[in-house]
Amino acid sequence: METRVIVNEERCKSCNLCVEVCPKKVLRISDRLNPKGYRPVELFDNEACISCGFCYLICPDAAIVEVRRPVKAKA
Amino acid sequence: MKTLYKVPGAVTDCPTTYCPGCPHGVAHRIIGELLDEMQLTRKTVIVWPVGCSVFGYYFIDTDAVEAAHGRACAMATGIKRTHPESFVITYQGDGDLASIGIAETIHAAARGERICVIYVNNGNYGMTGGQMAPTTLLGQVTTTSPYGREAHANGFPLKVPEMLAVIDGPVYIARASLDSPKHIIQAKKFIKKAFKVQVNDLGFSLVELISSCPTNWKMTPEESLERIRKQVLPVFPIGELKVDEGVA
Repeated sequence: METRVIVNEERCKSCNLCVEVCPKKVLRISDRLNPKGYRPVELFDNEACISCGFCYLICPDAAIVEVRRPVKAKA
Repeated sequence: MKTLYKVPGAVTDCPTTYCPGCPHGVAHRIIGELLDEMQLTRKTVIVWPVGCSVFGYYFIDTDAVEAAHGRACAMATGIKRTHPESFVITYQGDGDLASIGIAETIHAAARGERICVIYVNNGNYGMTGGQMAPTTLLGQVTTTSPYGREAHANGFPLKVPEMLAVIDGPVYIARASLDSPKHIIQAKKFIKKAFKVQVNDLGFSLVELISSCPTNWKMTPEESLERIRKQVLPVFPIGELKVDEGVA
């Protein structure tokens, strides 16, 4: 399945607000470094994500670029 | 996949100069979203203040001017009167609007100028190192009140929206907070109403946004938002303080 949360890792400042606010706790601070020297956030459990968009709303740096939801196939 | 939330086009790709966890970026994104939704981006002039958001014109892609410290409302008055077709916003902090620029703000409000004021209140002078501001809470430790702000020596925190709500000039006065997704959605609703006031040419509107300053409060971003909920919001209650007739 395609990823529900698209992160712009270059903009992330590793403030941890999205990780705290996520109701399903599917985000975490990764162990990579971005060009600014911060450790960007990543979505590690795409299946459990409910696309609530809380991470997008709280992100102060527009690093959560997009939140998407899969379209249900019509029966 | 259906897109639910997407960063608006009015917000530029330039990375912000704010500290990690600073809610200024949330305020910028809300403004960008509303300008795009209401198709105002191309005719907007934002008057930027002196303070942390002094480089704001790099982050929101509209026409912009940089006002002298505190004089954003005076400058916006001139711009709106010479270009009445433009959409004029001022974006100011508490050190800018509530301290040095309080005279300009009150008189712009009393004259009922057709401008929108976005007032970001984080309770100290963030850019210069966290000195005490008029909006600093009683007991709050800052670099210029190392034993906490005391009422008999330093006075009381200034509530600008309450002050402006009693004069007849302003049409819409509200206070919102940027501490949680719920309050951020509410903040967007209030700012949308304030923008509609100017689109419909009704008069002056002001929205205060309660913000945090993790660096100068010496807290992590989560702790600073927790402090807003526990200590700041009881002193600065959120809500709409003045809604005149005709405000959508």
